[in-house]
Amino acid sequence: MIHKYRMNGLNIVLDVNSGAVHLVDDVVYDILDFYKEVPEEEIASKLADKYTAEAVKEGLEEIKELEQNKMLYSEDIFAEVIPKVENRNPVVKALCLHIAHDCNLKCKYCFAEEGEYHGKRELMSLEVGKKAIDFLIKSSGNRKNLEVDFFGGEPLMNFDVVKGIVEYARSVEKEAGKNFRFTITTNGILLNDDIMNYINENMHNVVLSIDGRKEVNDRMRPRAGGQGTYDTIVPKFQKLADSRNQTDYYVRGTFTRYNLDFSKDVLHLADLGFKQISVEPVVTDEKEPYSIREEDLPAIFDEYENLAMQILERRKNGQWFNFFHFMIDLTGGPCVVKRMVGCGSGTEYLAVTPTGDLYPCHQFVGMEQFKMGTVDTGVVKPEIRKSFEGCNVYTKPKCRECWARFYCSGGCVANSYNTHGDLITPYEIGCEMQRKRIECAIMIKACENNG
Amino acid sequence: MKHINTLNTKLLQNTVAKGGCGECQTSCQSACKTSCTVANQACENK
Repeated sequence: MIHKYRMNGLNIVLDVNSGAVHLVDDVVYDILDFYKEVPEEEIASKLADKYTAEAVKEGLEEIKELEQNKMLYSEDIFAEVIPKVENRNPVVKALCLHIAHDCNLKCKYCFAEEGEYHGKRELMSLEVGKKAIDFLIKSSGNRKNLEVDFFGGEPLMNFDVVKGIVEYARSVEKEAGKNFRFTITTNGILLNDDIMNYINENMHNVVLSIDGRKEVNDRMRPRAGGQGTYDTIVPKFQKLADSRNQTDYYVRGTFTRYNLDFSKDVLHLADLGFKQISVEPVVTDEKEPYSIREEDLPAIFDEYENLAMQILERRKNGQWFNFFHFMIDLTGGPCVVKRMVGCGSGTEYLAVTPTGDLYPCHQFVGMEQFKMGTVDTGVVKPEIRKSFEGCNVYTKPKCRECWARFYCSGGCVANSYNTHGDLITPYEIGCEMQRKRIECAIMIKACENNG
Repeated sequence: MKHINTLNTKLLQNTVAKGGCGECQTSCQSACKTSCTVANQACENK
């Protein structure tokens, strides 16, 4: 299977099963419309008005050479990997700790319902946090690198417990043969110098929530009283990002139907000096007025392409910044097993509520039918784990047919569940946007590689 | 080649044998909380 597209004057051809990416001239690009569809000897005559027979012959020879080298129309040999995937018996290696089911903002699109996750306002105790660390160490087998994400609600509303958990994890990691990497996600309201210093000393990564332009951010991310947050958080985020030398953090925003011109928000964040930027589409009930609809897709595609061009332009002018959703590693990246199974929710990655309940990921928290156990009992519903373990690009019929399957790995399971009520039918609007992002990401790489 | 310029030569087929160690980062721990991207991650078993 191949996928070809034109963008920014480039003809780009992807070979799905090998992951090879080729830049081709017009001759080869047009030959590929007919190759394998009609007898080879007919291709030259079909293209006779555009190219000489000699050029078509040369193009065909190069196509065949790549085919022989398994870099074009390469076979899907990964069915043989499926048993390896299914029998891999994954261990838990990452926890999302819901430090506070409470929030000092009232963001309109919040899937956590202003921090409460369909439940009541609660803070995690240090005791539950320590048990979560013990559970992770015990459940992680031989895995050395373990990740803990302090999430909410707003985790700074319970920051002493964050500190207590980090201290505890550090006190036991060596003996357990583990290496903890901590991340914290915050809306920034409570950030101060002491907290920033602590974050810099202890957090491998920090995710700072902001949507972009003041009017865009303040419309969707107000305080409980309705006041905006932009003016409070921007200087704090700038200070924190600079103090981390502009690495190992992200400013992360959400775009909605209200700002389909979201490239302006990404560029605004870049203009504020941020070098690590992630802005992604809202995922919500389609009935919400700000939800992304199918009819919005053409505008969104244009916007992603526009953003890709702006990124190239800025980088050329020495104004480099990174956009998370255009990051792609063509020289290596993850192995095919990882690319088949994706994020690991429900198996390698679990969420822990303030009271210590375990869920497949932060998006499932509060859906009682997905409660898998507690930090005391461990996973007591293996059938839930099994259903997530069974998710890979070969068990999702739509992914089997999709050229992007080894880039997105089947997409977000929670999105599937929220739109279709099952774990294996992808959220199509999300897929459409993902495919466009991958095309843009590869185009950027191609331009940068070609100077 | 005159008509084709290949940008990468590391092939997915060659990652089968050593793949699946699981030491790599969990996708959702970076900056995406709803739109999983995997191809941008680093392998920790090189």
